[in-house]
Amino acid sequence: MIRINEDYCKGCGYCILACPTKALKKSNKLNSRGIEVPLMEQEKCNKCHLCELSCPDFAIIVEEE
Amino acid sequence: MDVHDALGPDEQFIQGDKACVYGALIAGCSFFAGYPITPATEISEEMSRLLPKIGGVFMQMEDEIASMGAIIGASWTGRKTMTATSGPGFSLMQENIGYAVMTETPCVIVDVQRGGPSTGQPTKPSQGDVMQARYGSHGDYEIIVLCPSTVQEALELSIRAFNLSEKYRVPVIMLMEESLGHMREKIRIPHDILIVNRDTVDISYSHYKPFRTGYMHATKIPEFAPFGSGYKTFITGLTHDEDGFPSPNDVKVHAELIERLSEKITENIDDIFYADTKYLEYADTVVISYGIAARPSLSAVNRAQRTDRNVAFVNLNTLWPFNYEFIADLSKQVERIIVVEMNMGMIYHKIREAAEGRCDVKLLRVVGGGVPTPKEILELIK
Amino acid sequence: MISNQEIFDKYIRKNMMPTILCSGCGNGIVLNSILRAIDELGKDIDKMVFVSGIGCSSRLNSYIKADGLHTTHGRPIAFATGIKAANPDLDVVVFTGDGDCAGIGGNHFIHGIRRNIDLTVIALNNYNYGMTGGQASPTTPYESITTTTQYESFEHPFDLSKLAMAAGAPFVARWTMAHPLQLLKTIKKGLAVKGFSFIEVLTACPTSYWRKNHIRDTESMYRWYKENTVSAKRSENEPEKIVIGELQHLDKKEWTEQWTELVERVSL
Repeated sequence: MIRINEDYCKGCGYCILACPTKALKKSNKLNSRGIEVPLMEQEKCNKCHLCELSCPDFAIIVEEE
Repeated sequence: MDVHDALGPDEQFIQGDKACVYGALIAGCSFFAGYPITPATEISEEMSRLLPKIGGVFMQMEDEIASMGAIIGASWTGRKTMTATSGPGFSLMQENIGYAVMTETPCVIVDVQRGGPSTGQPTKPSQGDVMQARYGSHGDYEIIVLCPSTVQEALELSIRAFNLSEKYRVPVIMLMEESLGHMREKIRIPHDILIVNRDTVDISYSHYKPFRTGYMHATKIPEFAPFGSGYKTFITGLTHDEDGFPSPNDVKVHAELIERLSEKITENIDDIFYADTKYLEYADTVVISYGIAARPSLSAVNRAQRTDRNVAFVNLNTLWPFNYEFIADLSKQVERIIVVEMNMGMIYHKIREAAEGRCDVKLLRVVGGGVPTPKEILELIK
Repeated sequence: MISNQEIFDKYIRKNMMPTILCSGCGNGIVLNSILRAIDELGKDIDKMVFVSGIGCSSRLNSYIKADGLHTTHGRPIAFATGIKAANPDLDVVVFTGDGDCAGIGGNHFIHGIRRNIDLTVIALNNYNYGMTGGQASPTTPYESITTTTQYESFEHPFDLSKLAMAAGAPFVARWTMAHPLQLLKTIKKGLAVKGFSFIEVLTACPTSYWRKNHIRDTESMYRWYKENTVSAKRSENEPEKIVIGELQHLDKKEWTEQWTELVERVSL
């Protein structure tokens, strides 16, 4: 399951670019910190962890359910 | 591998440079990084010869900046470390000396002074780095500077330099001059010396803070946890709080750190300061000098004493921290202070400041690479 | 592969987060990579020291729950040399930047390699001096706009990996922030090499370099690093691209090994 820590996310979007299965998408919405946090499509995630490796801020977590 | 086995016979006839090395090794120095420069090169060479014999580490670095960096890094593994240089190299080291002060890293720097400024007079002595030793790096700080006058003192003050550095967790500078560095005199290697080691931490990791003070002993000096001992210590040159983490925007934190770094030295001046004195009791005149210039000064004072002049002698073995109280007391007793130095007047100004006009303060300045003669000092005493 | 949460809990100083790095800065990716490398290798973090110079690159070690030394600009390799030589049992990693390593630190860079002291040096190359606002650095690409080359730069930049190779480093590799999996594998190899391993990572500086050089969204930056780099094998056909991959492997005796041998030979 993909989890995003909105306190650490800076909205760079590298996780979206790294994801091979398009489980992450641009939200085009700003949160209360003014950050565009990606949308998660959990069912498309194949747990490759590439989003985690591409996140500069430890803001995205991929865990077993 | 006992150090004394490596040093050889107890009585030897050696150069001042070599005596520094002997003293350092006796004090427990086991890491030296340096760069060749006249007239301190012999210190590197002697270290390169002796350190492998006793299982220490010698490195010749690519420049003096790297030398200073390497000895700081090595000190953080728990070793006692030293480097040696002269004026031009000393100038290069200043940034990293400031880093050692800020991170409270024990280490010893020997500056064998030669004629300056710039390339100057590589093979002749001067005392031109006196102010630089105190103020060479940027920012507010205190530092300890020792000054030997004989080859035996070069050995003994080296030991003292390490002890003070460990105790106060501050870099200590040994200021010598080319003449002492290259002069040969008989020395006697001491045994059973008191060796001081830095306070190491003995509390659990969860309570540990690298720069907390006032807990183990009521002092302003933190306990040391070497790299590799599991304390996960973060050291930075940025201003920091007790945890060691950068706090550059916190005015209160920085003020407290600067004050503590200063006070740990100034409040302990009675422990740190030491000066050789002679004939103080009935003196109306005192000659104050240091380093190689102290020798003709003492000669002149002895000669004057033989003609019943009540003149005293003070050898400032500890140049910094400057002991205002000591000089102020002198200025209350005598009518005249004569300062003998091999520069355009450096300690002279501090002495004038401390005397506060209570007595006359005269300067005998000798520049050009010569050492003052007893005759010219005697002229001033008369 | 374990989750970012596990890596975070094991190795990150929580009180220092979030990082001071800008949104889109590639440096954080290197932090993630190296911590995963250390974890996968099963290394004892208490026997590691992370040394850094000054710059955005050099802030990485303040986030790692381990012994760290944040030194003066350009000098981390000198400090790290002292640490390693004084205690060869410690694994010493250096974080440096393009300016820190090849500008002010150039001399220590080449001599650290010449000495072949066992360090793993990770140079985060973002094509400018980012921390101070985006001045030209020794790796700024030709004809770039920076705050000190406002009319386009005309000094020819260094290729840090080529410099390291020419100086004789036994292990040289270059990746980008868009190649984190490859970077992770390479860092593991670099850590294992007994000698000076040099790993250059091209990372984006969105706030200074790219903004001034006409790429203003992170997606385009990411693609730039993917499209303008090529493996050594294919570089002949695409000579204008930056060569990435593991570039040099040499067998050379290391400094602390040889010092130990010397001491054994001459000690009393």
